Amino acid sequence: MSMFAAAIIGVVVTMAMALLRALMGPTIYDRILAVNTFGTVTVLAISIFGFLMGRPEFLDIALIYALINFAGTIAVLKFLRYGDLGRASAEPDEDI
Amino acid sequence: MDIWGQIADGASWALLVAGALFCMAGGVGILRFPDVYTRSHAAGVVDTAGAILILVGLMIQAGLTLITVKLIIILFFLLFTGPAATHALVKAALSGGQMPLTGPRGKGE
Repeated sequence: MSMFAAAIIGVVVTMAMALLRALMGPTIYDRILAVNTFGTVTVLAISIFGFLMGRPEFLDIALIYALINFAGTIAVLKFLRYGDLGRASAEPDEDI
Repeated sequence: MDIWGQIADGASWALLVAGALFCMAGGVGILRFPDVYTRSHAAGVVDTAGAILILVGLMIQAGLTLITVKLIIILFFLLFTGPAATHALVKAALSGGQMPLTGPRGKGE
């Protein structure tokens, strides 16, 4: 039981650090990175909480959270890059 | 508990604590690194090492049940989408005009 508590403390500390970076982050990309990391760590936290409270159904919630976290990050990045989420950009993607 | 149970508990305890430590190490890296490109390295530590160690530690706790299958699915999904999201982020940052630091801040730009 105490092993889950130790893991949860590490996870919550990481969450706090990610949130701090999200607040401090000078550029928009730091904030997206921090939110993405916060989402990943939340997936781990939900999984550990599921084990801590003896409810394995939490793992479904963790999986869905991971799916949504990834989709959200990609959507925000696409909006930032192309200005809108609608139609695919007409011109080919110029290589950097 | 029989000896195997104790070994399993010890192993999962070690994995969970190591995973928590890697998560915190990545978190510190996200805070202290100078620009978004180096911070994405630190975020990668959290996504891969932290996730693998913690989820494998939970798998040992769950034993050979459906729960372990769910944990494996979560782990695979995290390992596939973590690098993809980081790649998309860094590509957007680069095309958004964010030049990576080449030297110590203030001199290298």
